[in-house]
Amino acid sequence: MIDLNVNGNVQQVDAEPETPLLYVLRNDLKLNGAKFGCGLGQCGSCTVLLDGAPIFSCLVPISLLEGRKVTTLEGLGTPANPGVLQRAFIDEQAAQCGYCIPGMIMRAQALINVNRNPSAAEIARHLQPNLCRCGTHAQIIKAVQRAAQLMKERSLTR
Amino acid sequence: MPHSPLARAALVTLAVLVVGAAAFFAVAWRPTIALVAAREKPDQHEVARGAELAAIGNCIICHTRDDGAPYAGGRPIETPFGIVYSTNITPDEATGIGGWSEEAFRRAVREGVSQDGHHLYPVFPYDHMTKMRDDDISAVYAFIITRAPVHASAPADPLPFPFGFRPLLAYWKLLFLDRGPVPADSTQSDEWNRGAYLVEGLAHCGACHTPRNALGAEERDKAYGGGESEGWIAPALNAASPAAVPWNADRLFSYLRTGWDDEHGVSAGPMAPVVHNLGTVPESEVRSVAAYVAAVAGAPTPEREEAARKALARAKGEIPAASEGAGPGAAIYVGACAQCHGEAGRHPLLPALDLALSSTLRNPRPDNAIRIIRGGIHPVAGAAGPLMPPFADAITDAQLVALLAYLRAAFAERDPWNGIEDAVKRARNMEAQQTRAAQAARNTP
Repeated sequence: MIDLNVNGNVQQVDAEPETPLLYVLRNDLKLNGAKFGCGLGQCGSCTVLLDGAPIFSCLVPISLLEGRKVTTLEGLGTPANPGVLQRAFIDEQAAQCGYCIPGMIMRAQALINVNRNPSAAEIARHLQPNLCRCGTHAQIIKAVQRAAQLMKERSLTR
Repeated sequence: MPHSPLARAALVTLAVLVVGAAAFFAVAWRPTIALVAAREKPDQHEVARGAELAAIGNCIICHTRDDGAPYAGGRPIETPFGIVYSTNITPDEATGIGGWSEEAFRRAVREGVSQDGHHLYPVFPYDHMTKMRDDDISAVYAFIITRAPVHASAPADPLPFPFGFRPLLAYWKLLFLDRGPVPADSTQSDEWNRGAYLVEGLAHCGACHTPRNALGAEERDKAYGGGESEGWIAPALNAASPAAVPWNADRLFSYLRTGWDDEHGVSAGPMAPVVHNLGTVPESEVRSVAAYVAAVAGAPTPEREEAARKALARAKGEIPAASEGAGPGAAIYVGACAQCHGEAGRHPLLPALDLALSSTLRNPRPDNAIRIIRGGIHPVAGAAGPLMPPFADAITDAQLVALLAYLRAAFAERDPWNGIEDAVKRARNMEAQQTRAAQAARNTP
């Protein structure tokens, strides 16, 4: 049994210590925001935040997570009340097939938490580990800039 | 007029000081070589030859900062004496080497003296470059001087006293700068001789792979015995090589040409851009380098060959691991590493080394393993290549220590590493220092 803090809720998980976090999120906790893409840390669709920093949840065994804070897409908002970045992705229509988008949003969240005025180049460099095969990169960058601007205006902190 | 003994002693002391200072500067002083206003456009073939030589010399690696224009300098280079920022060698008149004559360029390469006469630090490996042939220096000059000029300065942070006082370098050179060509060896093949010329000179392999003494000079009697580069271990290339399977010329060629060899793994850290550059030069040059380095390594002993057979059998799953181990390190390996490195998870399109073949885990210190696990392995910007994700944000220091102890015990067939905790701290400090220095370089106009 391992205690996992996911989106502020501490939950007991009955899984082997080497089980990747992604499997526990999707199979045990029914949090399906993070996606299984390659399972090899190459594509970024499983990205979640660990103590605020983006990680590939497909390659992080839960034995590493005692006492640490996991944030998933579900931790940023709900369909009825989306978070700032989620709203911006909708407003900019930044998804095509959408499979990479949860990972993109989580990695982008880590950026705008510390930088409220990122340039397009900074966003592109920061999101470089995450792949999008549909090619909505231009809209993704605009969405991140829109969210950063909104957060700046509202002086929101997460 | 009579002098008191005290005044006489003072006068004598003063005279000794003046003569001493004059002698000191007579050794250290170098003239300015006049700038040139214009030069003839070099021959295109000469420029192309210079491009190949510059790639073998890897000029671009040190003389380009991250996200910077090629050859515009500003890259912070870690040395035991402090950080030295590389210079702008584009032909910009104000901040680069725009007005340098070929004579000034040649003196810099051969003697480590700048156009204005100041001594250059041997972090610029003129102790190797000095062995270049005249016509090769001319070709590199033709290439460099025809690059796009870029206005860019490096931070002017002097090294701490006394290293910041550059005239002292004249004395370093008296002790350690061994000028003159690489001697030809008629008992060896042309390929070996070409390799010797490149490896000992332009390619300056020993600058990283040979240990250095307290004054920062290579220890010639320990050539290729393993050194350091920017916080990474540059493994021994001689008989002390940590490779699980001894290198040979063919394996070296495939590694140096493509950055990957299936019995040794992928190039990482400061070596990654080196093999990227070697992928762009004529194949024969890389074969020559490989032949010479294989000769440096020498024929493996029967014991090493036996150990290699064992490591290969383990990697193929023919014999079980020496120490399976359990505990936190093993669980981390299974959950985080084995999906690529383990037998079941190995992906045909994403080759990852079986760790039984890892040189990194057989190094005398865990420094490279720490850098690779924390930072991952990344292709050179814009190029394709193996990618290992970074784990710095996923793994705590204590967990990393447990993982390293497990990996060493399970895969390396060596004694446990000592001081893993200290090595993790050292790597963290180095990462932070390199980030700060790179930031400083970015902020310099």
